[in-house]
Amino acid sequence: MSAPTLPLDSAAVTTIEASTPTIVFEDVALSFDDNNVLRGVSFQLARGETKALFGVAGSGKSLILKLALGLLRPDSGRIIVLGEDVTKMREKDLFRLRGKIGMVFQESALFDSLTVQENVAYRLMEEHGIYDEDIDRRVREALRFVELEHTLDLNPAELSGGMRRRVAIARAVITQPELLLYDSPTGGLDPVTSNTIIELIMKQRDVYKTSALLVTHRLQDAFTMATHQFDPKTSRMVRLPPGQQCEVPMSFLILRDGKVIFDGDLRQLSHTEDEYIKEYIS
Amino acid sequence: MELTSPTYFAKERVQTVQDYVLFCVQAVGNLFRKPFYFADMVRQADTIGVGSLPIVVLTGFFTGAVLALQASNTLERFGSITLVGQLVSTSMVRELGPVLTSLMVAGRNSSGMASELGSMIVTEQIDAMRALGTDPMKKLVTPRVASTVFMLFFLTIISDLVGLTGGLFIAKVLLRLDARQYWSNAWETLVFQDVFMGLMKPVLFGFVIATIGCFYGMNARGGTQGVGRATTQAVVAASVMILAFDLFLTRFLMAVLSFH
Repeated sequence: MSAPTLPLDSAAVTTIEASTPTIVFEDVALSFDDNNVLRGVSFQLARGETKALFGVAGSGKSLILKLALGLLRPDSGRIIVLGEDVTKMREKDLFRLRGKIGMVFQESALFDSLTVQENVAYRLMEEHGIYDEDIDRRVREALRFVELEHTLDLNPAELSGGMRRRVAIARAVITQPELLLYDSPTGGLDPVTSNTIIELIMKQRDVYKTSALLVTHRLQDAFTMATHQFDPKTSRMVRLPPGQQCEVPMSFLILRDGKVIFDGDLRQLSHTEDEYIKEYIS
Repeated sequence: MELTSPTYFAKERVQTVQDYVLFCVQAVGNLFRKPFYFADMVRQADTIGVGSLPIVVLTGFFTGAVLALQASNTLERFGSITLVGQLVSTSMVRELGPVLTSLMVAGRNSSGMASELGSMIVTEQIDAMRALGTDPMKKLVTPRVASTVFMLFFLTIISDLVGLTGGLFIAKVLLRLDARQYWSNAWETLVFQDVFMGLMKPVLFGFVIATIGCFYGMNARGGTQGVGRATTQAVVAASVMILAFDLFLTRFLMAVLSFH
């Protein structure tokens, strides 16, 4: 399925310098009771970069996203997001920072008492108070971006799993955030719908150059993102010639036993000597 | 069932009480901090207040009626059956109106709040709300607390009135008493202290109902089973707390208002 015509033509507005990483994790540890889920995780996400997070179930991938968003506090370590130390911020200050971040949750997490329109408009409504023409235009643009403009008045319960994910993406990108966090956006979806979602994420990456952390179980999704690029002329993703990397940096991070065991690009990943990683990606 | 040490059990309980107190402080504090979710308060007032009206009316009517019936039996022995209105009036206004209305509202709304917020927790909707820059305490908890306190006050007044009407029905139809005498007795026996006590209670009980329901909902863990558990616990805790607070508040107000 091809992606629709682009509604907006500008890249996301940034509030940090180009050289400043979007996310910095420094020796972050987190445990629940006796279970040490993260044991000194360190990595950086450069501006404009998309990083795919891999790891077996329970390795703490989703926790990394929640930590970056300040929804959880680490036991130790430092997390810098868009130049601000989220580990030291108060909850009310975090709300301001979160305004610059978009998150797509594992199960979409749409508000089931609101319509699709109200879900997508939620953040704008919170900021402006009333649903005016400008908000309506932006909601329609965001829904057009995910090809769901016709679902405006439906409730989340009336949508399929794939449609819910696409609405969640529309809700996350409507304000053109500086950072996007995707928590298993293709989990539990069929391959065709997964491709649609990946194409949307790729479009956001290549057109708006939005930095992103992508948690996924599906290796093929991340490989597709590394080997393809979104073509605005045809509004489709196209395969890059062998050996050529996409304009926007794409990297991979693999977690094992609460630690980062790999952090690099596709070429480094394909040449790794680590037996576990070889087995994981085979 | 897993056995836990008494120390751990006690610590857990103290921790829960501490969390609940902080939760209440935050819920009240948000009333004075922007943004104010007035539309949510009105929506909750409609759900909690108007939605509870049928059960409150029914409960009030039958309570007043049975009170008159029971009282007539005793009063008749002393030849004071005309005092039925007086007894129904003081009992309803001081005690049964506020307590039974609160218990009804607790059964209906504490469970509703716990299950609604609990479902939002387990489906990550609360996290999504925080991620979208909204404080769930301000958006979800404070409007529910304010609306419950506000609406329970008026529901109690309605319940008192309907209870007196229930008593009148029995007095007129079964006891063959004069309606005007009944109303006059019921009205004249009430003093400021009775009304004040009867209207102070729903304010506290409304606060208890909403904060308990929201607290259990916001702390629900463990999927749908956890939501079910939170719902049950909310109703039980709210009901017990209403009855316990009723005793202490009654004693306190009696002392303050110089009841004899």
